[in-house]
Amino acid sequence: MSKVKLPYLLLLPGFLFLFTFFILPIANLAQTSTQTPIADGDTGQYEQTLRFSNYLDAFTENQEQFARSFVFALCATVLALAISYPLAYAIAFKAGKLKNFLLVLVVAPFFVSFLLRTVAWKQILGEEGFIVPSLRTFGIISESTTLTSTSFAVIMGMTYNFLPFMTLPLYASLERIDPRTMEASGDLYANGITTFRKVTLPLSMPGVVAGTLLTFIPAAGDYVNAAILGSPNTRMIGNVIESRYFKIVDYPTAAALSFTLMVAILILVTLYIRKAGTEELV
Amino acid sequence: MSAHVKQKDASIPTIPIKARLSRWFGRNLIRIYAVFGFTYLFIPVAYTFAFSFNDSGKSNLVWKGFTFDNWKNPCGAPEVCTALGNSIKIGLLATIFSTILGTMIAFAIGRYAFKGRSSSNLLIFLPMATPEIVLGASLLSLFLVFQINPGFWPTVIAHVMFCISFVVVTVKARIASLDPRLEQAAMDLYANELETFRKVTLPLVAPGIAGAALLAFSLSFDDFIITNFNSGTLKTFPEFVYTSAARGIPAQANVIGSAMFFLALIIVIAGQFVGKRVKVAK
Amino acid sequence: MTDASSATRGDLRLTRITKTYGDFTAVNDLTLTIPEGSFFALLGPSGCGKTTTLRMIAGLEEPNVGSIHLGATDITTKRPYQRPINTVFQNYALFPHLTIFENIAFGLRRRGIKNVDADVNKVLELVELPHLAQRKPTQLSGGQQQRIALARAIVNRPALLLLDEPLGALDLKLRRQMQIELKWIQREVGLTFVHVTHDQEEAMTMADTIAVMNEGEIEQMGSPADLYDNPETAFVANFLGQSNLIKGRIEGTDGDNLVVDLYGQKIGMPKNRSHAVDNSIYAGIRPEKFRISLVGTPTRGNTLTGGRIEDVSYIGVSTQYQVMMPWGQEVMVFEQNDDGVAPFDKGDEVVISWEPNFTFALRGDEDAEAGTEVIPEDLDEE
Repeated sequence: MSKVKLPYLLLLPGFLFLFTFFILPIANLAQTSTQTPIADGDTGQYEQTLRFSNYLDAFTENQEQFARSFVFALCATVLALAISYPLAYAIAFKAGKLKNFLLVLVVAPFFVSFLLRTVAWKQILGEEGFIVPSLRTFGIISESTTLTSTSFAVIMGMTYNFLPFMTLPLYASLERIDPRTMEASGDLYANGITTFRKVTLPLSMPGVVAGTLLTFIPAAGDYVNAAILGSPNTRMIGNVIESRYFKIVDYPTAAALSFTLMVAILILVTLYIRKAGTEELV
Repeated sequence: MSAHVKQKDASIPTIPIKARLSRWFGRNLIRIYAVFGFTYLFIPVAYTFAFSFNDSGKSNLVWKGFTFDNWKNPCGAPEVCTALGNSIKIGLLATIFSTILGTMIAFAIGRYAFKGRSSSNLLIFLPMATPEIVLGASLLSLFLVFQINPGFWPTVIAHVMFCISFVVVTVKARIASLDPRLEQAAMDLYANELETFRKVTLPLVAPGIAGAALLAFSLSFDDFIITNFNSGTLKTFPEFVYTSAARGIPAQANVIGSAMFFLALIIVIAGQFVGKRVKVAK
Repeated sequence: MTDASSATRGDLRLTRITKTYGDFTAVNDLTLTIPEGSFFALLGPSGCGKTTTLRMIAGLEEPNVGSIHLGATDITTKRPYQRPINTVFQNYALFPHLTIFENIAFGLRRRGIKNVDADVNKVLELVELPHLAQRKPTQLSGGQQQRIALARAIVNRPALLLLDEPLGALDLKLRRQMQIELKWIQREVGLTFVHVTHDQEEAMTMADTIAVMNEGEIEQMGSPADLYDNPETAFVANFLGQSNLIKGRIEGTDGDNLVVDLYGQKIGMPKNRSHAVDNSIYAGIRPEKFRISLVGTPTRGNTLTGGRIEDVSYIGVSTQYQVMMPWGQEVMVFEQNDDGVAPFDKGDEVVISWEPNFTFALRGDEDAEAGTEVIPEDLDEE
């Protein structure tokens, strides 16, 4: 066995698999996206007509859902960052001997099935839960206000469900920071906020970039939170794709939507990495 | 031991309570925040666990009284255990295949410099940067083209596909942290390439592979979106929860979710404990 | 350079400082004055409380009780960034994401100084590394990082510069060179330096005043020569160099001298070099103060007879002898190799003698072994 060939041999089975079940499907998806139904054919039968206006139709019909997906995903990402950063910071620098235990605690809730957690939130935020009645008692929300079936509930559900994807990379990059550099910053006349802005945050940027990407990508394509916690008014692009496949059985439009979503996310991710990369990450 | 005679006539200056309190608060603000963060993380877990003891009958929406019946008879609700069985079978198969394929790729990328290494890295990164709905939908389209009916094996293939990347990333990190001098030392001590791999490299990378396998299983077990596209009439545990969410899931699902939570917690803590003992032994 | 300390200058006074961590008392009722402009060393083994003391001065830890004054200002509860005090950290703690220039300019910028170029360049000249301004810290060698850490602190002209084991990570040769340079820089910039170290040689080379710390307390404070020449406790006697401590009793006085009995043999020593509280003492003599002679040859000063040479180590500059005394104690003797030959052999019967003025006396109830253990220093103390 020649040494030059060994890495290729190791790659071969896995890459063959990924080619067949990842690259090929994506190519097929692109192919499907320009098809049209066969005249007089059964439901679900299509022919290739290179109808690129499928994209235009798909986009114009679902502008609202596209916009909502990106806005919701952005909100969830920002919220997850706001919740995770102090949490990861506390575990990295303030936990002492409890560090490993707390890390397990961060991941532990995610051992309960994703769906069960989302359903639990639906019930906690619902009329029978403890939050709505107590908020009403204190007069914070009116009698007619509900928490479920709202944008708030969907965003909150996504924030919660993707939290470890934010917390773990943040922790990993914070943990690598020598705490003495933060002490040195304080010693050199920087107060707490300045130390955070000038030392801690720049040094943890790799974690921020990784965490926001790992949260934003699944959030933008998610439809489970919107289906369980939302209402028809909070439909995201994921819900549209799902129903195009299973309820309406309109594969070309669904494929066009999927492809648009993927490309949009890839463009955003590339731009974001470029932008973050110019700030000279360590 | 105080041979040196000190002058102790000066009274001891004390630090004003106000300064003390404000410092304590400043130091512990982040800890207080972390307590809130963990509370947020565990609310749905506590809810799921509590409602696993609900004497609810069919719909587990309102607290009706405490019972152990659900724990004594976790398969009591129709379909719960069939769905759980499917999830476990799919999870195990997906774990085995993705761990083998992913580990081979990780060794190739982590250990060898070869032409096409950076594009290989890209191929590994892409499935992680693609929204699940696109992965699921595109694979379904492919199966439809080849007239393969969705079901058990298509689901396994789908899971292997999205797990491979995570296995590669996890194992690669472990390989990167290895001291290359260890392998050199083994060769210096008369071990040939194969022996070096079996006796030195593999045992050292093993914890990374085990971690990757656990990750693959939990990703597979918890997956809903990709599964939903490719499972056809087969129902996995997350799918079961999703379809019964509308009318309230049976308490047995909470039992299974809680049991999975504790089981995973035990595995992780045991893993850390073993890891620590290995470290001490070294 | 721009002065960070125009408002507060003067001596640093620690008054009755105590710092505990749970059950562990790191610093116990410490009172200390560090005069303005001095090069002051806090010397002690790992865990003696020296780093904790330094961190309390820097504001990185807060004492449980006690106060810290800089000149007339009480800085006990001031935050680190509110103190005109800068630190050269162990392992330097340079900011890895900033260039060397920005590292040095960090403190100036935080204090709102707009034009930092002149100050930064001047201090880069001082540490002789102006060509590295645009590099990142990871591209520098250990010695270069050390100098940048120093430059980053002194560019602020603090009232007090704290050095936390600053040379600990350097190899021996570089350490020697940096010791001399640090001392030169201190004179050049005229700041008060407080240097924390476990290396007695480093402390003695650099500091004007050394405080020897042990178990959270100061054992003795003084000039390097005072401490070495006339230690007050067994810990100081053993931690700074080596000492032979021989159990004895004060038998009486003879003018300004004490008459001391050491296992039946009488010796004399100056009264004012005794730190004992009663008649029970340890008589202390440094190994290089002893002279060896064969039985029968003339001797001067105090003598102890009945010794036998157990071991001879030739180390170039000197020869070290282990001499077994009749009461079963081995004493160390360092003889200069003035004539280049080791004149005594293992098994020789010898007399040891020394000048009475070199003798010091410690309390007889002390632990004669205190401070002898050479603990491998863990750099990450506390």
